[in-house]
Amino acid sequence: MGEILSLPFMQRALLGGILVGILASYYGVFIVQRGLSFLGSGLAHAAFGGVALGLLLGAEPLWVAAIFTIVVALGIAWVRLRTNLGGDTTIGIFFAVSMALGIVFLFMRKEYTNDAFAYLFGSILSVTERDLWMTAIVCVLSLFSWPLWKRWSYATFDRELAQSDRLPVVRDDYYLSILIAITVVAAIKVVGIVLIAAFLVIPAATARLMSPTFRLMTILSVLTGVVSAVCGLFLSYYLDVPSGATIILLQAALFVSAMILKTLFRHKA
Amino acid sequence: MSEPAIRIDHLHVRFDEYYVLQDIHAEIQEESFVAIVGPNGAGKSTLLRTLLGLVIPTEGNVTIFGKEPRNVPADRIGYVPQIKTMDRSFPAQSIELVLTGLNRRWPWTKSKEDYEKALAALEKVGAAHLAKRALSKLSGGELQRVCLARSIVRQPRLVMLDEPATGIDAVGEADMYRDLELYRREAKATVVMITHDWHVAMHHADRVLLINQKQISFDAPSVALSEENLRRAFGHIGHEHGLLSLVKSNG
Ligand SMILES: Nc1ncnc2c1ncn2[C@@H]1O[C@H](COP(=O)(O)OP(=O)(O)OP(=O)(O)O)[C@@H](O)[C@H]1O
Ligand SMILES: [Mg+2]
Repeated sequence: MGEILSLPFMQRALLGGILVGILASYYGVFIVQRGLSFLGSGLAHAAFGGVALGLLLGAEPLWVAAIFTIVVALGIAWVRLRTNLGGDTTIGIFFAVSMALGIVFLFMRKEYTNDAFAYLFGSILSVTERDLWMTAIVCVLSLFSWPLWKRWSYATFDRELAQSDRLPVVRDDYYLSILIAITVVAAIKVVGIVLIAAFLVIPAATARLMSPTFRLMTILSVLTGVVSAVCGLFLSYYLDVPSGATIILLQAALFVSAMILKTLFRHKA
Repeated sequence: MSEPAIRIDHLHVRFDEYYVLQDIHAEIQEESFVAIVGPNGAGKSTLLRTLLGLVIPTEGNVTIFGKEPRNVPADRIGYVPQIKTMDRSFPAQSIELVLTGLNRRWPWTKSKEDYEKALAALEKVGAAHLAKRALSKLSGGELQRVCLARSIVRQPRLVMLDEPATGIDAVGEADMYRDLELYRREAKATVVMITHDWHVAMHHADRVLLINQKQISFDAPSVALSEENLRRAFGHIGHEHGLLSLVKSNG
């Protein structure tokens, strides 16, 4: 145990995994309760487009992806506000366009894209110091935005009521979109593009099953996110399988346990 | 005469190219109870949302206690929205919803003082026993009471309600009007309520505004309305002669 912890790549993966686990499961609470689970998929595919663009330009893929994903997230929020297209339709359009762009970018690159694998499925070996910087930035932003929990929660419950109480609901939503977008990108190396959506949603859904209040849901979601990220990373190392899949399977196991517990308690009560 | 609680002057509201309200004029005095009635889609909720500052007038203006709606301190106004916009699956206890009325934020922690205020408001509407109950497990009538408690916990001078009786049985409805009336007397507050029920408008409000075809087509103290007139007005909405005869018979 002490031995793996002394490996620099493992230290980076763990630090990244813990931070990203906290962030994703924290924002996941709003995503799940607002019925926007599909947003995670949409942004992950936007991130794919961004990573591909980064590879094509020879720039740092995650940083290009961050900008690309933020633009898409704001685009989704804007279209949703301006039209009465449902969230899923809007996200579906951006989803497909980003994916198509990503494919075009990868083809234009011509070289063999072996490195794309780490981005798609997550790999603990691939977390670099620069990736951690991005994670650190979202963490700091999120920490400063902590008071917004009360506003986002209020608007999640009833947007109109929050607006009638003079909350800047629209501005808050754009800000939430930006933070979720950077979180998605920060999670790419640990979880992989393919599974990020689940990473955002499962901890919050698990917490939802057991929480009588939104506050408890937030706390339990973050706990689930962190525990599954840490355990998943270790398992991934020992079993030599991609870290993303391991983490998600653990989360799914927790979700099923919560489901069973809930059913048992129902029967007793 | 003192500044009215609400002054609506030459108000027009347009969504895209379509006018929803056209040239509305009204003054609502403090401590009065005004009912707004009218057919579906007449613009009642839009008018209320304009008074709350949620809709910006296309033309004309609206003042609440002499100020633009957005500049009125939020704790002066209590709003009971249509419950259908709420997320009923939101994990929360009733008392947390009441606390949003105090702090205008979803509560993370609750101070003892706030908690007691919220509980007192619930008590006032006979819902103290619901404090710890999950919002998702409340009946429509129970939720409506919690919303009423939420709106009065901040001791507003103006309470606005949008169809508060939807989905409530007759007993629950009568209780709610009694609690509302009690608060109005105690706090000397003004009440503006949208309702679809003419009887309610007549018996509980002291003035009735009928909104129809984008305008206030009828504005009278409720004592001047006889049941027969009301029936006729309701039956003749949109028919010029119906409304005319109604106004004539009111003098
Ligand atoms: N945000 C909006 N954008 C466009 N049109 C709107 C908007 N809000 C309301 N409308 C339109 O304005 C008209 C008036 O709506 P409003 O909700 O004010 O009616 P109402 O009198 O409250 O009706 P109801 O009795 O059904 O509640 C309707 O035709 C509605 O379609
Ligand atoms: Mg309405």
